Amino acid sequence: MWRQLLLYRRNRLQTMDGFQKLLTVILIVISIFMLLPIVYIFNHAFKPYHELFVYPPTFIVKEPSLQNFNELLSVTARSTVPMIRYIFNSVFVSVASVVLVTIVSALCAYPLAKHKFPGATFVFSSILLTLMFAPEVVQIPRYLVVSQLGIMNTYFAHLLPMMAMPVGVFLLKQFMDQIPDALLEAARIDGANEFTVFLRVVIPVCMPAVATVAILAFQNSWANIETSSLFMLDDEMKSFAFFLSTLTNNLGNNVAMQGAAAVASLIMFIPNLIVFVILQSKVITTMAHSGIK
Amino acid sequence: MSNKIANHLQNIWKFRLSYLFITPFMLCFLAFIVVPVIAAVVLSFTYFNAIERPRFIGWQNFQYLISQDLLFLKYALPNTFKFALIVGPGGYIAAFLLAWLISQLPGKLQKWFSLAMYTPSLTIGIAMSIVWLPMLTGDRIGYLNSILLRLGIIDVPQLWVTDPDYLMNAMIVVTLWSSMGVGFLAMLAGILNINKDYYEAARIDGMKSRLQEIWYITIPSMKPQMLFGAVMAIVATFKTGAIGVELSGMNPTPAYSGHLIINHIEDFGFIRFEMGYAAAISVFLLIIMYASNRLSWGLFGTKGDE
Repeated sequence: MWRQLLLYRRNRLQTMDGFQKLLTVILIVISIFMLLPIVYIFNHAFKPYHELFVYPPTFIVKEPSLQNFNELLSVTARSTVPMIRYIFNSVFVSVASVVLVTIVSALCAYPLAKHKFPGATFVFSSILLTLMFAPEVVQIPRYLVVSQLGIMNTYFAHLLPMMAMPVGVFLLKQFMDQIPDALLEAARIDGANEFTVFLRVVIPVCMPAVATVAILAFQNSWANIETSSLFMLDDEMKSFAFFLSTLTNNLGNNVAMQGAAAVASLIMFIPNLIVFVILQSKVITTMAHSGIK
Repeated sequence: MSNKIANHLQNIWKFRLSYLFITPFMLCFLAFIVVPVIAAVVLSFTYFNAIERPRFIGWQNFQYLISQDLLFLKYALPNTFKFALIVGPGGYIAAFLLAWLISQLPGKLQKWFSLAMYTPSLTIGIAMSIVWLPMLTGDRIGYLNSILLRLGIIDVPQLWVTDPDYLMNAMIVVTLWSSMGVGFLAMLAGILNINKDYYEAARIDGMKSRLQEIWYITIPSMKPQMLFGAVMAIVATFKTGAIGVELSGMNPTPAYSGHLIINHIEDFGFIRFEMGYAAAISVFLLIIMYASNRLSWGLFGTKGDE
């Protein structure tokens, strides 16, 4: 659908009318405003100290240097926990949560979309209902649940709360609704059991939605500092995002470590950008089915 | 009667595989969403300091909250409403307009513009302090101050994030900047998915302006996506609580000017350890969120088989 649309649109490229030209200009101006901070993040990371605090401030770096990267390394060399440990925690937790969230959400979405089992509507409407809540408002009881489960200070406490992502199930279910039942029937007649149908037919067809859920899960866990600050007691269990937030605390009136913080935020930002750029067109395809009816 | 129950059980047994499929999610869902919500409701009727056992005190927390908690009534509640009323609908309308503008362009450009609009929400939380703090710093070194000083618009550097008069506005600008998230993508996809024949047909029927197209075709055809966008916008608006603290570098914010309900919950929950009272505030926030979602349901929900 998306591809067809793209082709259709591309044919019209030559016939851009005045309105479209005006629009392009307006949107370029807005985009620049939206993108300026990102350009700034990149430049900031390479600014030597005399440029970081120059007056009037500069936006674009003049003499790029790797000084800040060195500073970050030395800051982390001095800390009791090596930075590689924080990065490991973040990467491990993010990758594991992307994998687990997509699997768990897809498993749940499939019967909701294709089996009319007793209670399906109830389950789906309760998921729809929790879509409206921000998990942040139940932080405190959540903390109690985690401590009662005895998973404080373990990777489970990083992962399990992330896995309850109603928006993931919702997007996948809406997408799976579009799969024709005949396709599933055909596979069943050929002797596939439900699990094979799910794995060989449903998942391949749903790849755009799976990719979207993966992006959302990645975004959720990569920048997450909550599980670290609430559920982790030891420093070596905390995430890189948390470590960064300790660097940038009270940055406004602090000269020390500005450079290291600049680099750290660049490192935090890049994976997010890459993942999104790669999977972007899949996201739009999924979102077409995202409506709540 | 027993026959009926047996029938029902048989039916459930028939679908045992479906239940197996949903089990992993439902376990996490129950443990980290349903149970906490129920626990919050229960705790909200107790006095609980996280050390002693919770003590049942009935409606006292709520009574105190809506009649005596001055910080809440004077700052947290009006601030949250002001913030939500500007950022919520503002960001939502902006998302629709941007999505529509982008949809009017050729395909290749669409892709790049939608990427540009979405990037800020990729950085939210991470780069906030790196980007916006230097921009809004109160001395002449701050970007905004230095630009305005050079243009001669202001004579003295303004304390954008530590002056109570400006903090809220700074919060609103920063949040709006990062508000083109999932909801925006959903709307864009919704617009792109509308059958082009509708517009063709409307043009033949004598529809003239693009405004008419938007009002009579675009919006009605993408109601489901509009609803999804609205739900996402409301959730995002009410959960951005940390931003005032991040911008001003203080908790509580200067003169409570950026104090939102979420901050109030954190204040009581994690600083004063009055968990019962904090739970009562979160229940209150849940109710507000639910009510505003019902409102958007009323506006954009599809009725019947429409």
